[in-house]
Amino acid sequence: MSFISYLINGISLGSVYAIIALGYTMVYGIAKMLNFAHGDIIMVGSYVIFCLMSGTGMSPLVSVILSIVCCTALGITVEAIAYRPLRGAASPLAVLITAIGVSYFLQNTALLIFGANTKQFTSVIKMEPIQLFSGQVTVTGETLVTIVCCLIIMIVLLTFINKTKAGQAMLAVSEDQGAAKLMGINVNGTISLTFAIGSGLAAIAGMLLCSSYPSLTPYTGSMPGIKAFVAAVFGGIGSIPGAFVGGIILGIIEIMSKAYISSQLSDAIVFMVLIIVLLVKPTGLMGKKIQEKV
Amino acid sequence: MKKIKMSKHLKDNLTTFSIVTVAFIIVEILKATGHISSLMKGLLVPVCIYIICAIALNLCVGILGELSLGHAGFMCIGAFSGAFFSKCTQDVITFAPLRFTLAIIIGALFAALFGFLIGIPVLRLKGDYLAIVTLAFGEIIKNVINVLYVGKDTDGFRLSLKDTVSLHLSGEGKIIINGAQGITGTPNDSSFEVGFVLILITLIIVLNLINSRDGRAIMSIRDNTIAAESIGINITGYKLMAFTISAGLAGIAGVLYAHNLNSLMAQPKNFGYNMSITILLFVVLGGIGNIRGSVIAAVVLTLLPELLRGLADYRMLIYAIVLIVLMIFNWSPKILELRKKYSIKGLIGAKKAGEVK
Amino acid sequence: MSTVLEVNNLSISFGGLRAVDDFNINIKNGALYGLIGPNGAGKTTVFNLLTGVYKPDEGKIFLEGENITGKSTMDINKAGIARTFQNIRLFKNLTVLDNVKAGLHNSFGYNTVTGILRLPKYYRVEKEMDEKAMELLKVFDLDNEALYLASNLPYGKQRKLEIARALATDPKLLLLDEPAAGMNPNETKELMDTIMLLKNEFKKTILLIEHDMKLVSGICEELTVLNFGSVLCQGKTSSVLSDPEVIKAYLGDD
Repeated sequence: MSFISYLINGISLGSVYAIIALGYTMVYGIAKMLNFAHGDIIMVGSYVIFCLMSGTGMSPLVSVILSIVCCTALGITVEAIAYRPLRGAASPLAVLITAIGVSYFLQNTALLIFGANTKQFTSVIKMEPIQLFSGQVTVTGETLVTIVCCLIIMIVLLTFINKTKAGQAMLAVSEDQGAAKLMGINVNGTISLTFAIGSGLAAIAGMLLCSSYPSLTPYTGSMPGIKAFVAAVFGGIGSIPGAFVGGIILGIIEIMSKAYISSQLSDAIVFMVLIIVLLVKPTGLMGKKIQEKV
Repeated sequence: MKKIKMSKHLKDNLTTFSIVTVAFIIVEILKATGHISSLMKGLLVPVCIYIICAIALNLCVGILGELSLGHAGFMCIGAFSGAFFSKCTQDVITFAPLRFTLAIIIGALFAALFGFLIGIPVLRLKGDYLAIVTLAFGEIIKNVINVLYVGKDTDGFRLSLKDTVSLHLSGEGKIIINGAQGITGTPNDSSFEVGFVLILITLIIVLNLINSRDGRAIMSIRDNTIAAESIGINITGYKLMAFTISAGLAGIAGVLYAHNLNSLMAQPKNFGYNMSITILLFVVLGGIGNIRGSVIAAVVLTLLPELLRGLADYRMLIYAIVLIVLMIFNWSPKILELRKKYSIKGLIGAKKAGEVK
Repeated sequence: MSTVLEVNNLSISFGGLRAVDDFNINIKNGALYGLIGPNGAGKTTVFNLLTGVYKPDEGKIFLEGENITGKSTMDINKAGIARTFQNIRLFKNLTVLDNVKAGLHNSFGYNTVTGILRLPKYYRVEKEMDEKAMELLKVFDLDNEALYLASNLPYGKQRKLEIARALATDPKLLLLDEPAAGMNPNETKELMDTIMLLKNEFKKTILLIEHDMKLVSGICEELTVLNFGSVLCQGKTSSVLSDPEVIKAYLGDD
């Protein structure tokens, strides 16, 4: 029975990874850059909720909505100030290093404001745990909400991309920026929208993550962020279902290795997965191959 | 014209060596006359460590053109293998300089070996993927060392990945690497003078490599891999060579680090990817591909906040902003265009604008 | 005259599209051979096959009788084929001199340790490389720009530098991919002289892709015309250019 409860925990953690990975994979697919600061947006979102709830006593729902608004605005601002000027730079490393700089900036700003001490995050989710198998397996409200949230986000996002004009524009930009521009698509606007969606999702991920793992520091977002990137690569970067599948599998691998192998080595195992995937199938489970033209 | 060229890069290198040597002499004089605070004294060896690491990473990022976020991992391997050697031979080799020299060689070789082994799969990847996979390897190294237990008794070495009990050491056996507690009691062989010598050695290796046939091959791969292949350059071989040397040099910095402390632990703050990023900061702020810049940036960025205490809290924030601004200033296509238009050279109309600085 | 390049039944497909179909060519020592055809005919793909960038699905490539089919780009260069690229691929952050010296990489050698320790051999070999590279740069009238960064050269000179770099590897066969693209008539004229120099002074065998018919008819002795991946016509320049099939392929059916 403990196996099932580990599995459910794994799926729950994996759902958080999947939501973060969606942000990575969309940005990578459309802006062709690894937004290293994506994880830190999670942290910012969590601090916003923390401040609103414990500082001003606002209701959880309002706090979460405000957090999403803040992160969306942050995502758009970061893209416009730091990443947009570097579009078309001679070296692909330029924008990656800048993203690392943004990550550093967000972490140290949080450090200055909130200090290095761990803040106790109060769960936003008020739901009684559910007992399964006549009480042998307990599923917390957080776990359940996380999984449901992830599923809803997936469906909404897929519908958005396939059924709306803005979504189609995203696909076009990810395929060929130059051609999309010639077809009258607002490339800058589409990329901004992508960052907005990704960052909004990061705020939700932050809320879910901190509800299940309630200690909040300026570095809370960086490790889950990197692992979510692993998930995105695992699923095939640029692919939305890939991010979902990759996230879930990675969450399960992490929880299982914590439970059955070694809690200290679980991160190492997760990273080993990344390395093996990239060596065996560099395009991930559902990715496409790109070849340089000679 | 050829004469000019030879003396040009020679002059450049000599300037770098002179700056380092003069700085060393000034610090030595300050130390001898007691004009240096104990706080500054404590920073001298770390500065040397950062300088060596920054040079090593610049070889990888600036010369080879691949972003590694795993150099803290190579430092970690150098630190642990060097400290392991010193701890084991503390009673056998009592002459410290010899023991430390051997420890440095061993640390460098081990780090280089790991650089080579990790490089084989990693260097098949490019750009973002390579960066994230090196980061992953760095974290794996740190995590594995944290669960590594090595002990020694009359039967030789014993190894475990669980705990000290499972080493089954006999009575007089002692633990050398104690998992997350790491290695304690490493001899304090590091000093500013040794650090200075190691900086010189690192500089000689890297600068001479860059200005040689191999360096040219490495930089040609950086500039255009397909063209480099078409003129018969062994891409994999040279990428591996640069990566391995870079890892080995980071290993030297690790050995220096390990012998500067009483207890050596692999923690996120010293061997995590944040350390790799700190070193990357030195490389970027000093100028990607500019070795002398890395040296200066490592010194200034380490000492400055200590000198301006009031800024200490804000230093990382300021660095982050400088990093972002600098990247945009140096790489943004639009800003580069503006800079070309309004450059001083362009305004004066100097003919030599095309010539290398 | 001996054969330098012999290609038999070379074919490659990309996802169902037959990019090159049953390509044959035979180039004699010292020849100046032209490969022409409309856009998208597969000319650059042939170059990519010859230099190992793509591995052929079928067919064999022989360089002076040696089978080089399926070898890596590096090994093919070592065997004796060097090329230039349609979209210029220089080492932009290296000097003009170093670009050529990179081409001399396999002709002059000393090991890594010699380089790092600056042993006497380092100075000797580097000096030889400098001299050889300057000699080559002089041929292309680039010697005055030797210390410029390659990216700071004007376009026409970048094309020339690419040829100089390829020549530095001392190839048996030189492949030039649209060397006159983007050049004005004066530059093209100058380039034609340079190519003739490579043939006459350096005794190089040259295969070139070109759209500029003035250049093709002016210097090429033999031509192969590619259309939709297969050979349309092959032979002496004058007879190929007057072939009705070729004219149709270039000018269209009506």
